[in-house]
Amino acid sequence: MNAAHLTGTGSAYFLEEKKQEAEAHTLAVIAENQPGVLARIIGLFAGRGYNIDSLTVSETEHEKHVSRFTIVTTGTPAVIAQIKNQLERMVPVHSVADLTVSGNYLARELAMVKVAGKGDKRVEALRLADAFRARVVDASTDSFVFELTGKPDKVDQFISLMVPLGLVEVSRTGVAAILRGPEAMKG
Amino acid sequence: MAGTPNGELMTGAEIVLKALADQGVSTVFGYPGGAVLPIYDEFFQQEKVKHILVRHEQGATHAAEGYARSTGKVGVVLATSGPGATNCVTGLTDALLDSIPMVCLTGQVPTHLIGNDAFQECDTVGITRPCTKHNWLVKDVNDLARIIHEAFYVARTGRPGPVVVDIPKDVQFAKGKYVGPQGITAKTYAPRVKPDQNAVRAAIDLLATARRPILYTGGGVINSGPTASKLLREFVAMTGIPITSTLMGLGAYPASGPEWLGMLGMHGTYEANMAMHDCDVMVCVGARFDDRITGRLDAFSPGSKKIHIDIDPSSINKTVKVDIPVIGDVGHVLEDMIRLWKSRSLKLDAKALADWKAQIAKWKAVDCLKYTPNRDVIMPQYAIERLYELTKDKDCYISTEVGQHQMWAAQFYRFEEPNRWMTSGGLGTMGYGLPAAVGMQAAHPKSLCICVAGDASVLMNMQEMSTAIQHRLPIKVFILNNQYMGMVRQWQQLLHGNRLSESYMDSLPDFVKLAEAYGGTGIRCDKPADLDDAIREMIAAKGPVLFDCRVANLANCFPMIPSGKAHNEMILGSEIKDEEVGNVIDSKGKQLV
Repeated sequence: MNAAHLTGTGSAYFLEEKKQEAEAHTLAVIAENQPGVLARIIGLFAGRGYNIDSLTVSETEHEKHVSRFTIVTTGTPAVIAQIKNQLERMVPVHSVADLTVSGNYLARELAMVKVAGKGDKRVEALRLADAFRARVVDASTDSFVFELTGKPDKVDQFISLMVPLGLVEVSRTGVAAILRGPEAMKG
Repeated sequence: MAGTPNGELMTGAEIVLKALADQGVSTVFGYPGGAVLPIYDEFFQQEKVKHILVRHEQGATHAAEGYARSTGKVGVVLATSGPGATNCVTGLTDALLDSIPMVCLTGQVPTHLIGNDAFQECDTVGITRPCTKHNWLVKDVNDLARIIHEAFYVARTGRPGPVVVDIPKDVQFAKGKYVGPQGITAKTYAPRVKPDQNAVRAAIDLLATARRPILYTGGGVINSGPTASKLLREFVAMTGIPITSTLMGLGAYPASGPEWLGMLGMHGTYEANMAMHDCDVMVCVGARFDDRITGRLDAFSPGSKKIHIDIDPSSINKTVKVDIPVIGDVGHVLEDMIRLWKSRSLKLDAKALADWKAQIAKWKAVDCLKYTPNRDVIMPQYAIERLYELTKDKDCYISTEVGQHQMWAAQFYRFEEPNRWMTSGGLGTMGYGLPAAVGMQAAHPKSLCICVAGDASVLMNMQEMSTAIQHRLPIKVFILNNQYMGMVRQWQQLLHGNRLSESYMDSLPDFVKLAEAYGGTGIRCDKPADLDDAIREMIAAKGPVLFDCRVANLANCFPMIPSGKAHNEMILGSEIKDEEVGNVIDSKGKQLV
């Protein structure tokens, strides 16, 4: 925190607020894996009217009972700052990182996409899957299940291409994200 | 096995009592029931921790709040499962919004029945998750002692608040290890108390340039402890900055102090609100820019730079964007600010400050709390003024219910010390004051504990009179009886065309007989000339008193910032006649609350 920055801003908050537009941010939250911790975090978002675009959670360190949440949320910069502060003050939360602010990060999602059909459409689906590097993990004479990993927009694009080719069902994991480079997020 | 005599195992119920005693708890407010009977059995067999039997669990939570706020210690509640736990929800939420440290222990059905819709089962941790700082369900007796100590740590650390520990009945019977409180913290919860020195420097740099400075203080100063109030007084004396406070912060700076402007906000003083609007540097100390404080947000103190001292980073920029946030405990921050100010021999521009104070004196001259005295009817403002005059030299603690009487008490009772004023600020809980007085009196048996009440609110937890009688707690309940829900009626007059829908209290009880029915003393007074003697009689009474003070029925609480208006658009009581009351708020303002 440097002093010049602190005194530099004006305080016409009502003028700034009008200019602020909602933006998507990806937050990484490291928390104790104790009963109810997911309910606490979801409850915070629901109770204070914040958005959840995507949420993934899994235990990442079994011995330490630590879980990592990746939350994609949308809000004005002021709301995003509030979300981060509100998460940080929760008792079981170790740390919160706004990956969108931190900079260069990887975001990946896994999808399983079921496509049913015969003939040309089936061939075309397989050809597109190959182009997207989706794997066939299940097949019958009139269906495929593709497994696809990638950025959310790549998954979106693949799914929309499958619609006319007989898309019947999709299961997506939501986004997992991590910063590039050698630094680890503090637990 | 520290703390366990001879290394023996203890039952869960024994662990609860030992943990409370080791935490220094002297008083618990509670109500027994099936799922906490093992703990009550332990109460029966020990004398270290006193139990005060309330008449409703909500009463226990507010009593614990009164106890906590008047002592600075953690308030403790014990309730059974199901309805016992759900009855605690209002008090927990109240404590969360007003940042009051409270540990609420609840019984739960045995572990193997959880989720089976057992008798008196509810999802206590689920229900109380959004109204606590944190909560725990104890599934293993060997975790019990640690969790209780952790609960106390979380309740009192950082921004204080309520916590719940839910203890299934089989865990209370099971035997396990005890651990003492030494060194137990919550490993992921370590709020910052010492401020960033760069932020303190920036705050001091800005403040030193101020020409129209103001201090706006809140409950954070009280929560930080008596030292913070001392430092605040030192800071004001050193700089000469005018000071106002929120409802929650009254008493941190004495009402008799030379720089005191009175409370600010919706029913604050004209001088405090005008000074907030026109200041050039505002220092918010342990307050949170609540909507009752700011009024219309986009016209809130438009020309000022703002410094915000708060222990909770989520309070920063939540509603009002500030220029210099200082995260830390108010006491530590003020200490650093004073040291820095002194070491650099700083001084505010004397001419500018004198001009600013001359302007404030002009606003003060408006005499915004003026009301029309009446020789036949007791004006509610007069009642509080007399109550203050006749109790100000005594060792006195005041609680209130919620409504007009609460605002009049805040305006007309003058607080000189912190921890003397208990009121439900954030949640606005009618029914808070009487049980809070029970808690205050339990903490200060020799002091004069008064609940300033309204005729409507006081009925919400009237049953706690019975608690006061049983435990010889001589609380004085001073009811400003106007036979209305006065604040509701005032809003109906202002916003709803004077249609007084359901705000008249028909069929009120005879409060004198009611007091007598409980075994207390009832006093009624309806003449201004008799009031002083009646108040003296109340003070002299040995036991609990219900004082039915019949006041002017239609008096309204002014000054007031109407909904949707700014600090400099206050309505003054002297400017308004009853028939105009309905026209002062425009249609847009009427949609706000």
